[in-house]
Amino acid sequence: MNERATAGRMGSAMRLRGLMRKEFLQIIRDPSSVAIAFLLPVVLLFLFGYGVSLDAEHVPLALVVEQPSADTATLTGAFHGSRYFAPVHFSTMQEAEAALMANQVQAIVRLRGDFARELRSPAGAPIQVIVNGVDANNGRLISGYVEGVWSGWLQEWATQQGMTSLFPVEVEQRVWFNAELRSRNFLVPGLIAVIMTLIGALLTALVMAREWERGTMESLLVTPVAMREVLLGKLVPYFLLGMGGMSLSVAMAVWLFAVPLRGSLFVLFAAAALFLLVALGMGLLISILTKDQFVAGQVAIVVTFLPAFILSGFIFDVGSMPFPVQVITHLIPARYFVAILQSVFLAGNIWSVLWPNALALAVMAFFFLGMSRRKTRKSLE
Amino acid sequence: MPPALPTPSAAGEAGRDQHVLTFAAVNKTFPAMPRPISALTDISITVRAGEVTGLIGPDGAGKTTLMRLAAGLLIPDSGHITVLGMDVVQNQQTVQASIGYMPQRFGLYEDLTVQENLDLYADLQGAPVAERPAHYEELLRMTGLGPFLDRLAGRLSGGMKQKLGLACTLVRPPRLLLLDEPTVGVDPVSRRELWAIVYRLTQEQGMSVLLSTAYLDEAERCHQVLLLNEGRLLGSGPPGSFSRPLSGRTFVLTVPAGERRRVLETVSGQTGITDAIIARQGVRVVTETPEMPPLAQLFPSLPAVGVEAVPPSLEDGFVALLHEDKARPRQTKTLQVASAGGALPPGGGDGPVIAVHDVQRRFGDFYAVKGVSFEVRRGEVFGLLGANGAGKSTTFRMLCGLLPASAGDLRVAGVDLRQASATARARIGYMSQKFSLYGNLSVRQNLDFFSSAYNLAGNHRRQRLDWALETFDLAPLAETISGGLPLGYKQRLALACALMHEPDILFLDEPTSGVDPLARREFWHHINMLAAQQVTVLVTTHFMEEAEYCDRLAIMAEGSLLALGTPEEIKNRARSADRPDPDMEDAFIHLITVREQEVAA
Repeated sequence: MNERATAGRMGSAMRLRGLMRKEFLQIIRDPSSVAIAFLLPVVLLFLFGYGVSLDAEHVPLALVVEQPSADTATLTGAFHGSRYFAPVHFSTMQEAEAALMANQVQAIVRLRGDFARELRSPAGAPIQVIVNGVDANNGRLISGYVEGVWSGWLQEWATQQGMTSLFPVEVEQRVWFNAELRSRNFLVPGLIAVIMTLIGALLTALVMAREWERGTMESLLVTPVAMREVLLGKLVPYFLLGMGGMSLSVAMAVWLFAVPLRGSLFVLFAAAALFLLVALGMGLLISILTKDQFVAGQVAIVVTFLPAFILSGFIFDVGSMPFPVQVITHLIPARYFVAILQSVFLAGNIWSVLWPNALALAVMAFFFLGMSRRKTRKSLE
Repeated sequence: MPPALPTPSAAGEAGRDQHVLTFAAVNKTFPAMPRPISALTDISITVRAGEVTGLIGPDGAGKTTLMRLAAGLLIPDSGHITVLGMDVVQNQQTVQASIGYMPQRFGLYEDLTVQENLDLYADLQGAPVAERPAHYEELLRMTGLGPFLDRLAGRLSGGMKQKLGLACTLVRPPRLLLLDEPTVGVDPVSRRELWAIVYRLTQEQGMSVLLSTAYLDEAERCHQVLLLNEGRLLGSGPPGSFSRPLSGRTFVLTVPAGERRRVLETVSGQTGITDAIIARQGVRVVTETPEMPPLAQLFPSLPAVGVEAVPPSLEDGFVALLHEDKARPRQTKTLQVASAGGALPPGGGDGPVIAVHDVQRRFGDFYAVKGVSFEVRRGEVFGLLGANGAGKSTTFRMLCGLLPASAGDLRVAGVDLRQASATARARIGYMSQKFSLYGNLSVRQNLDFFSSAYNLAGNHRRQRLDWALETFDLAPLAETISGGLPLGYKQRLALACALMHEPDILFLDEPTSGVDPLARREFWHHINMLAAQQVTVLVTTHFMEEAEYCDRLAIMAEGSLLALGTPEEIKNRARSADRPDPDMEDAFIHLITVREQEVAA
């Protein structure tokens, strides 16, 4: 190695050190970046961990028994016994419908007068269920729960009647990975993807644009600094900040919200690091292209944060989206990370899930960072 | 003996004849709608080693573009730029490693301390660690920043920020130093200090400096001057070469203070007179031939004036060149505030039109304005003079009712601003810094908008629009988008907008910042006409020489009043045996020094 190259490398190390130290000092002195990195995750986790629940529990349910009998008594008992329902008795259908209209109950279960007789006839199926379908997701859940209670009761009734089995095939449901069906268990891991998008993309988009806006970029450009050093000087501090926010979120998820962590911590952090590179790449690219803090912030929210929220599968299941939207979700990096997160937390190291998603993230990281590098020229034009 | 700054590596060998920077037939345009803007046209210049070369021109002349091209931050469309013997485009990195460039807004990190900023730029410039302590000491001594090492850069005064920017540029001594408007808006004391540093760098270390400025008096301090206007080079050479053709053609008419504006308006634009401005002792005149026209015969209405021949200045030369370049029509039009048939609203009696009593304005624990009191009489031109950050704009905003005062009384047109700021505002015309016009509206649309904002309607509004277009010569440009107008026209349009509702009080915030000397003259001509019609004018400026146009002025520094009075009274305070005829800048520096001594005592 000749002397000049060594000197050049030392100069580069010195410049990089200077840039990173500057960036850390700015992060420490700017309350807003600390807030985005550490306060925001806490707020979001509390909000989604405690406030938002997608589970239907204690759903007010109208029961209309037109002619009480021993059979109807055990069936209504079964509804009372379910933790999903809080049944209310009505004597006529009109009253029950009025309650549904007034949003006092979410569903009506009607046992007609000929319930006991019909039950024993070969035709069967003598109950009527009306569900408030305004919230489609909730409506589906409720009708599923009603069906569950009904088939459970029917099975028991048949056994008591001495019939070995009412149905030729017996459906025995078992929920895997999230046996208690706690929405918190998949919301909290998914939220980590949203939080890291905020830290990685939004914060980075703002800080790079700030250099242009305050005129500091012009002063940087005219020093012997290379553009890759400027980019690295931004990437490394915000990478560490993002990983800090991620660690906080994981700690809260496991210890505060008791979300099971079935896969390895190492895989979790490796995937997070990969995703963070993608987010940082997007943030850098946005601010390089806009050079304006306000625009960069708006663009970052629209193209990174909102898709991470809506199209990543964090709240809304990708599989039940319309096909064109499903295609679009493949462009959202958070989608791949949410898949990894949910599998590492709830299922374990499922390599058949992890590899393809990690590969997609790697390709995206390469693309965004590569584009950022290409788009930063050492020029004011 | 303090350790000397390390000398730039090869500068010692470079003789004065050597060129450190050469532009050969350089063109630069920027893409824009509807047609590309030509920033520099066919520029060929040289900057010689070991000298201070001044780049002079108004805003929009192309100074910053030229600097950025020299620093390798922009690429020329055609032509060649050579820096220290290297082609800039091909050796961008090497060139940038051997020059220092301080942009107009130097990129100080305001959330870092002085020390941290220095360390950052030392790292970026690759200043050897072992040499830093001695070098820092020298830089801090030179800039006087030593006691403020731990202060955040954002908390420094404007002058100190500029000095820190310069120190950051010098952490590894460059061979060529490019300074883009280092002194704009900086207080006179810091300005002098910055110049002292620049001289030291060239004299003691053989550094070459290219410095751009909008202050013409600064150009006189340069070895060489490049005069730029609208992207073209108007001339180059030593400062003397610009003024020499005018020798024998410059005079000062000594006029009593109260008569100056009238004399100026009588003299300017007359045949035989190239240029006339209000200056130190009276009215400064440049004539077309080396003989003073017999004034008494030409203008019998003038009061008794003395005529004194004075040496020509660079500004005289610049203005003469601009006149040749543009052949712009002379401003002889009389400006009537009210349109024909209209009349000014009645004044508020004989009392002061503006009364400010012991006003203060706090932002958190920071006093932007502190204990300020003054009064302005009807028809007076009153100036607020001070550097950026002195509290001028804050005082202004309080007077316009845009910002409530933290304490004290403010009365405008007899109205207490705390109770009825809207009533007062209807009588105020306000022209803000940087001329807040709607850049994507046409001239007519801007005028129309401001009329509607002041509730002018129907026939009256049409009348005022015609008045504005006619009076300010804007009719040919009525449908032009105002964003693309030259700065001088924007200034005219902004003044027209502020006058649409025929106010009898006019607030002007830095109205002449960055415009060329001709536009500045024209602007003051308008102001003089307004004052003659009993319009009260309050104006802020950081050009010391403009203070001479005011009837009375207040000098502000760090939020408080240093002095209040007529220009003569204020200059008299700085008069001493070794300074028998101080100018406004001397007076300003004297006042600041006295104040600092008081604070220290």
